[in-house]
Amino acid sequence: MPLIEIRDVHKVYDMGAERVRALDGLDLEIEEGDYVAIMGASGSGKSTLMNVIGCLDRPSSGSYVLNGTSVAELGDSELAAIRNREIGFVFQTFNLLPRTSALHNVELPLIYAGVARRERRQRASEALARVGLADRSHHQPNELSGGQRQRVAIARALVNDPSILLADEPTGNLDSVTSQEIIELFDALHDGGNTVILVTHESDIARHSRRQVMLRDGRVVEDVAPAAREEPR
Amino acid sequence: MIFSENFRIAFRALWANKMRSVLTTLGIIIGVAAVIAVVSIVQGLQHVINQQFQGVGATYMMVLPNQQSQQGPGVVAKQVKLTWEDGQAIREQVPGVRLITPVVLGPETVKYRQRQHDTLVLGVNGDWPDVSNHAVDRGRFFSAIDLAHRRKVAVVGEEVVQELRLGANPVGKEIYVGSLPATVIGVMEERGQFIGQNIDDLVFIPFDTSLQLFGRRAADQVQLRLQARDATVTEQVRDSIARLLRQRHRIGPDDEDDFQVLLQDEIVRSVNSILGSVTAVVAAVVGVALLVGGIGIMNIMLVSVTERTREIGIRKSVGARRQDILVQFLIEAVTLSLVGGALGVSIGYGIGALVAGILPGDWPAAFVPLWAIALAFGFSALVGIFFGIYPAGKAAQLDPIEALRYE
Repeated sequence: MPLIEIRDVHKVYDMGAERVRALDGLDLEIEEGDYVAIMGASGSGKSTLMNVIGCLDRPSSGSYVLNGTSVAELGDSELAAIRNREIGFVFQTFNLLPRTSALHNVELPLIYAGVARRERRQRASEALARVGLADRSHHQPNELSGGQRQRVAIARALVNDPSILLADEPTGNLDSVTSQEIIELFDALHDGGNTVILVTHESDIARHSRRQVMLRDGRVVEDVAPAAREEPR
Repeated sequence: MIFSENFRIAFRALWANKMRSVLTTLGIIIGVAAVIAVVSIVQGLQHVINQQFQGVGATYMMVLPNQQSQQGPGVVAKQVKLTWEDGQAIREQVPGVRLITPVVLGPETVKYRQRQHDTLVLGVNGDWPDVSNHAVDRGRFFSAIDLAHRRKVAVVGEEVVQELRLGANPVGKEIYVGSLPATVIGVMEERGQFIGQNIDDLVFIPFDTSLQLFGRRAADQVQLRLQARDATVTEQVRDSIARLLRQRHRIGPDDEDDFQVLLQDEIVRSVNSILGSVTAVVAAVVGVALLVGGIGIMNIMLVSVTERTREIGIRKSVGARRQDILVQFLIEAVTLSLVGGALGVSIGYGIGALVAGILPGDWPAAFVPLWAIALAFGFSALVGIFFGIYPAGKAAQLDPIEALRYE
């Protein structure tokens, strides 16, 4: 059984007179342990797809089964619980809480999971160590570089052992050297058994994945799975 | 979501905007401080008054000439008289009266050698110490002989002893009370203040002697102070006195009394009712202050929700449910108002202590009853919940995608 099974999903936005079909009968299956890059031009529906996969948004119609749970008809609280347990988000703009230590930022999902303070501290420290920031746990975001901030965000995404790491343009705000470091971190996490889904429009980044899904007008137009990962140039 | 975590988040958020938080809670601070200060002062006042009146006992009564009964259209002004003859009639004809003394009083200057001092002089009879429950410390009070012979003797308070420098042994010293030479025969026990009057700053002279000082006309305007036999008969005694005086003063059945009889518990009750209305007025003012404070809190919470839209989006994306966000902001509002309440309680207590310190006499140390503190905190929390629910609800309803996109 695939980890993600999306069948004939539509997402329609009412923009006054106009109806925008952001997703238009999209089908997608993703296996556990896969490493997928979702690509497409601006307006192709990749952000909407990411929001649907990440349970931030519900499809207008169609079915979405995540890890055996049919997500399409869940209420707000259940969606929040799924986001907490199953999804680890990494955003282009990092989205860390300002004036809050790296450790506390990483702890955040565990707070909503109801994990006790001591265990929270322990697990957050471990997650920071996994992204190589063990010595930065008491720094606030404004005291960290862009790459370090994104590492904190990745640690936050990892800390509750989610089924999926969902990254939306994770290198979009970083220079090329730092981008390389971050994408290598994703490679390593994938090698360690995590399911990684990247949304990107950079083919350099997409090349690291095992599978590239191209969207256009709310549908999958190309789904290629190179046999092996190409060596980065 | 662990509940205590919300308080930590709330404190962190409030601490990040210390100045703003304090300014926001100013309304609450002022309101609560006013409650606590007034309650503390009123409690002190009540304590002092009750203690003093408890001192004279529940059987203490006063008869005063009622000036007001003279007034009114069409009434021929008739000189209101209340005389010691009335008092003697009461003593002889009203059962249940144990002790009774006339009181005439007036401000006079007392002199001893080169020293002089302005004080209050009271003409009373030998029952005074027992009627007012105020004993003589050294020497003695007036005897029947002092009274009968209109002896020029005086009993003074401790303050007068100090002011005139009568020394350690004032008994036997010759002083002047106004124009009247008098021998000090006793010193009253030290008592301190009583409703603005220093009980130790008094000079007593025999009633008949005092008429030489105040003039014969003073004999028509005496007050009577008396002690009933026991507390169960005070109302009977009052009615009997009223009947007797109406008869003696020839008051027609349709006319009002030209005197009033006050019972000790009535005096206490009327003082307490005045204090009660003071408290009520302050409570109304405080209600307005808390309302304004609450609106301030709602305002700043709305600002806070807008400023932290992105934070709300982040929290939702990592698994915060609507109620988690609602509770977080509600607790922040309540924490804000409770911090205001706590500051208000301490400031109000400070004011109460200051007032207690400034006021002379045996004012008790600032005392704020637990119920007042509980009430202040309860109201603060209520204001926080009431005015926090709308901003918190707004935060909880935010769409996570929109919130994350917010710049």
